Parts: sequence; C-alpha cells; structure tokens
Amino acid sequence: MDLKGKKITVHDMCLRDGMHPKQHQISVDEMVTVAKAMDAAGIPLIEVTHGDGLGGASVNYGFPANSDEEYLSAVCGAVKNSKVSALLLPGIGTVDHLKMAVDCGIGTIRVATHCTEADVSEQHLTMAAKYDKLDVVGFLMMAHMIEPEALLEQLQLMESYGANCVYITDSAGYMLPDDVTARVALAREKLNPNTEIGFHGHHNLGMGIANSLAAVEAGATRIDGSLAGLGAGAGNTPLEVFLAVCDRMGVETGVDLFKAMDVAEDLIVPMMDDIVRVDRDSLTLGWAGVYSSFLLFAKRAAKKYNLSARDILVELGRRRTVGGQEDMIEDLALDMAKERDKIGA
Amino acid sequence: MSNKIKAAIIGPGNIGTDLLMKAMRSDVIEPVWMVGVVPDSPGLARAQEMGLKTTAEGVDGMLSTMREDGVQICFDATSAYVHAENSRKVNEQGAVMIDLTPAAIGPFCVPPVNLSNAVAERKMNVNMVTCGGQATIPLVAAVSRVQSVSYAEIVATVSSKSAGPGTRKNIDEFTRTTSRGIESVGGAEKGKAIIIINPAEPPLIMRDTVHCLTVDEPDQDAIRQSIDDMIAEVQKYVPGYTLKNGPVFDGKRVSIYMEVEGLGDFLPKYAGNLDIMTAAGLRTAEMYAEEILAGNFVPSAA
Repeated sequence: MDLKGKKITVHDMCLRDGMHPKQHQISVDEMVTVAKAMDAAGIPLIEVTHGDGLGGASVNYGFPANSDEEYLSAVCGAVKNSKVSALLLPGIGTVDHLKMAVDCGIGTIRVATHCTEADVSEQHLTMAAKYDKLDVVGFLMMAHMIEPEALLEQLQLMESYGANCVYITDSAGYMLPDDVTARVALAREKLNPNTEIGFHGHHNLGMGIANSLAAVEAGATRIDGSLAGLGAGAGNTPLEVFLAVCDRMGVETGVDLFKAMDVAEDLIVPMMDDIVRVDRDSLTLGWAGVYSSFLLFAKRAAKKYNLSARDILVELGRRRTVGGQEDMIEDLALDMAKERDKIGA
Repeated sequence: MSNKIKAAIIGPGNIGTDLLMKAMRSDVIEPVWMVGVVPDSPGLARAQEMGLKTTAEGVDGMLSTMREDGVQICFDATSAYVHAENSRKVNEQGAVMIDLTPAAIGPFCVPPVNLSNAVAERKMNVNMVTCGGQATIPLVAAVSRVQSVSYAEIVATVSSKSAGPGTRKNIDEFTRTTSRGIESVGGAEKGKAIIIINPAEPPLIMRDTVHCLTVDEPDQDAIRQSIDDMIAEVQKYVPGYTLKNGPVFDGKRVSIYMEVEGLGDFLPKYAGNLDIMTAAGLRTAEMYAEEILAGNFVPSAA
C-alpha cells in the first residue's frame, strides 16, 4: 500500500466517544487539561459532547457530570490552534442545541443519523450550512448495515443538504478493510470532488488501524481516532498508534507523534475506569455488528438480571437494533430472564 | 334527527384514509367530506367510492356547502404549515377542528388524560400532540397522578416505513412538542422526548419506553395499579397497546416498556404510532359528538 505524501486531518474522539466508557462523567477540568495537551501536540480537531451528542443528557443514555454548554465553552476557550467539534443526533438533539454549540465557539458540527435515515438531518445540516465558516459534516452511523450503493445515496442526500464533508461510520466496529474500501471508493468516485470523505472506526475486531488505512487509500481525508483508544466498545481507532503508522508510511498528519503518545499515556490512560480493550464483550459487538455504546448497558443488565452480556449483545445484533436504542437492552434482558425462569421452572 | 354528527376529513393520505375507515364504524360520527388538493389522488377516489363528497380544491372547495351539509367536526391530517388557515376557515363555519398535525395552535389533547377538559371548555381547536405523545403521555400521567414526577423521558422507536416525509423534515418538532406535552398533560415537572427510526425488515412494531423520576420513593403498588388502569383506558381505542415489561423500579426511577400495535385498518399493523393518532383523533371527535347529541354543546364561530 503506497500512501506516501497523502495529507489527512485526524479528529480525536476522547472527549465525546470517550464519554461512553466514562459514563459521561469526565469533568470540565479534565477536558480542558486534555484539550490543551492535544492542542500542543498539534491535533487539529477535537470533539467535545455528551457521548450521544448534544442533548444526550438523559435517563436513557446517562446524565453527564456537566452540561454540553459548560464543556464546550470551557474547551473552546482553552485551545489555541485546535478546532472543536460537536456531535448532534437528530431525534435526540435539536437545532437549538446546534445554535448553542456555535455560540460556544465550535468550528465543526457533525450531524449523525442511522445509515438509512439521512433525510432526518436535512433540518440541521441546512441550518448549519448557513453559518459562515462552520465546517458542516454529515455522519452516517452503522454503515456496515447497507451496501455501498445504498450508502452512497444517503451520503449524497447529506451532501445536498449542505455538508462539506461526509463520514462513513463503523459504529459497531464490524467492518473489514475491503468493506471500507468498497464504501469509500464508491463515495469518492461519485460525490462532488470538493466534498471531503471521513472514516470513523471502532477497534472491536482490532481493525481500527487497518480500516483507517484502507479508507485513506480509497480517498478519505479525515480519520477519527482517540488517543489510547478512549471510546465506546473496544474504543476508537487508537490515534497514537495510527499516527505512528502514518509516520512510517509517509502520510502527513501534522501531529507531533511523541507528544500525542505522551497525552495518551500520561493523561488518557489514567482517566480510564476500566482499561478500554478488546475483551469478550467488546469483541462480541464487532462480531455481531452491534452499536458500540451498548457495551456498558449490556454489562449492567447482565449483572442485574444474572444473564450473559454476550448473549444480550448477540440478540441485539440479531434484532438489527440501531444507535440510540439503549432502552431495548433492559427490556430485552427482562424478556431473556423471563424465558430462562420459565425453562428453569 | 340523525343520531350521528357529520364530519369532514382534510387530507386524504395514509392518516386521513385510516381515520376514515375507523370513523365509518363509529356510532356517533358520520364522515361526509374528504378534502384533498390533488385531483387524481387515490385517497379521494377511495373516499368517493365510500360515498363521501370530495374536493381537490382544499378546504375552500368544501366551505360554501359545509354548513348545509351539517359538518360540525373537522379533522386536519395535512401538515403544520397549512393547519392554521384550515382551522380558521372551518371554525368560521361553526365546526370544531381536531388537529392531527404538529401545528399545536389549540390545547393538547390526550384522550384518557384530559379529553374531558377540552370538551368541557368547549374548545374549537384541539391538537393531538404527536404519535409518541399519544403513546406515552398517558403513562406519565399514570405515574404523576400517584405522586410528583420531577422528570419524565420517553423514547419512541418507530419503523422507518411509518415515519413520513413530514416527520422527517421537521424531526425537532416531534421532540419539542412531545416534551411540552409530557409536562403540560403528563404532569411531569420537566419532560424530554427522544425518537429513534429503525429500518429493520420486517418493520418493527412501535416501541415506547417511559422513564419517570419521582420526587419521593415510588409507591410501587399504587403506581402498578395506576398504570394497569391507564393501559385499560387506552386499550378501549387502541387494543394493541401492550405493556411489555415493567414497571421497573430502581431507586426513584420508574421505567415502563410498551409496544403499540395498530388495528391495521388502512395502515399496516406495525405502524402503531400512526394508528394511535387516528384512533385518538376519532375518540376525541366522538366525545365532542356525544356532547353535541346530548344538547350540551353547540359548536359555533367564535
């Protein structure tokens, strides 16, 4: 694979996707410390939001330690060169949240929908595109669930609403490099040449680096990752590892590798409640194609109802659940417990 | 004197047609007009076959004769954008407007919770909130009538096929309107609504989760009883309104897991979200009709 001379933008997810393994309890001080260190390392884009995006504060997804507004205004005020992004899932957050985030000083808004439902983002992308200089990104989640041609149609919808960059998002960490290549290459061929393409990976099958490289080779210029992999499931593509590989391959990221390694080791790892890694349950997410943030919910339900988290996750995959359906998990666990007790009786 | 009150349905789409099929079975409502804007729409043709007068000229096409045709109740199943105008016009002709759009210019109406208030106050326009609101607000109210609820949150999961273009273009309206309904009708101090659209095939039946946070420790027995009673009330007009799991009590959290299967009149059974809107709209109309028939209420232009 020859990627020499390619220029890409890396986007760190620790302070948004990383909110999932932290149960949304990262403090404002921690966010500011991490963001300043990332800024100093030259990481160009940092995402800061509740794990489930703006307005995610809820019983269903978890109440965060602080509000999106508190996090965003603190981090936007602390960084010099890095830009801050926020995530918004229509159906959870609204354009009111978007306006608030813009007022806090974000440079990028990412509007995310399930891969077949891009049209629910029209309202938000259209409004975002009216702001001068706002980087407007469409983000199609669980992109493994449909074929490249169908995915392209949805990406084109987001492009038509005003997104200047569209993402192929492997929320379940299910894709293999060929899956990524097929989707990114078709998008690169058919989308407007000025529209950037991004890839967001999860490391549930250990494919974060390989998938991100496949994406770059096929034409993606934005790659999401998180330092030390702090993200849902087995984490995002571990960013410092990806940066080291890029360095070896001659891909230009503009990030200081050693500084990035230091942030990962000295700041992010000590923040982890449990080490984010490929374990039995996060591996199950990738194998079964399940939304990565379901992990802790399945573990908790398994413990409460004396079930196996793996069984719960496999069943969630079989039912083709989508991002945001966290409420299904306790409901399903109750059904599974009833079934077990019936057999036991 | 006829023992049925005559009604017009504005909007011959899926919702309007499903409503028509339900209304044809009503003991107190007689649909006489179907109003559309597209001359060759299949909805208008169907209504005509069923013996209704039809027009493709919008509400204006019915206005000149609606009084002599005896129309006293109208349903609006079009869109929020044209609702206010439609409502003004039919109100001037002395008909009550039941609003199935998200326009929400009239007070919210969730039949088992506050329908009798709307009728008692002789409101000439009532709004049916949202599909998620109709499916969940009764349960928020079931908890809040037992004890104070500081926060209630609902998650409505609907199949992709049952989420129409109107909902998709303005999904924020769903979350905002439903949140307001959770507070003003459900009785929670603060409300939040989340909607998830799932494209699985075969389409999933509408699912709704209701989480309430009570101010004091929940009185489990009283809440269980109140929920059972409320579900029985909703089942009178939506038989497929089913408690799947719960209530789960976890500290001050009360969680209720529901499934809403439609009757399958015109809309498919999985689209319980749409069915509960048409059924609630008709239920509202019937209550008005009973009051009119009993001589307690004469709808008139304000």
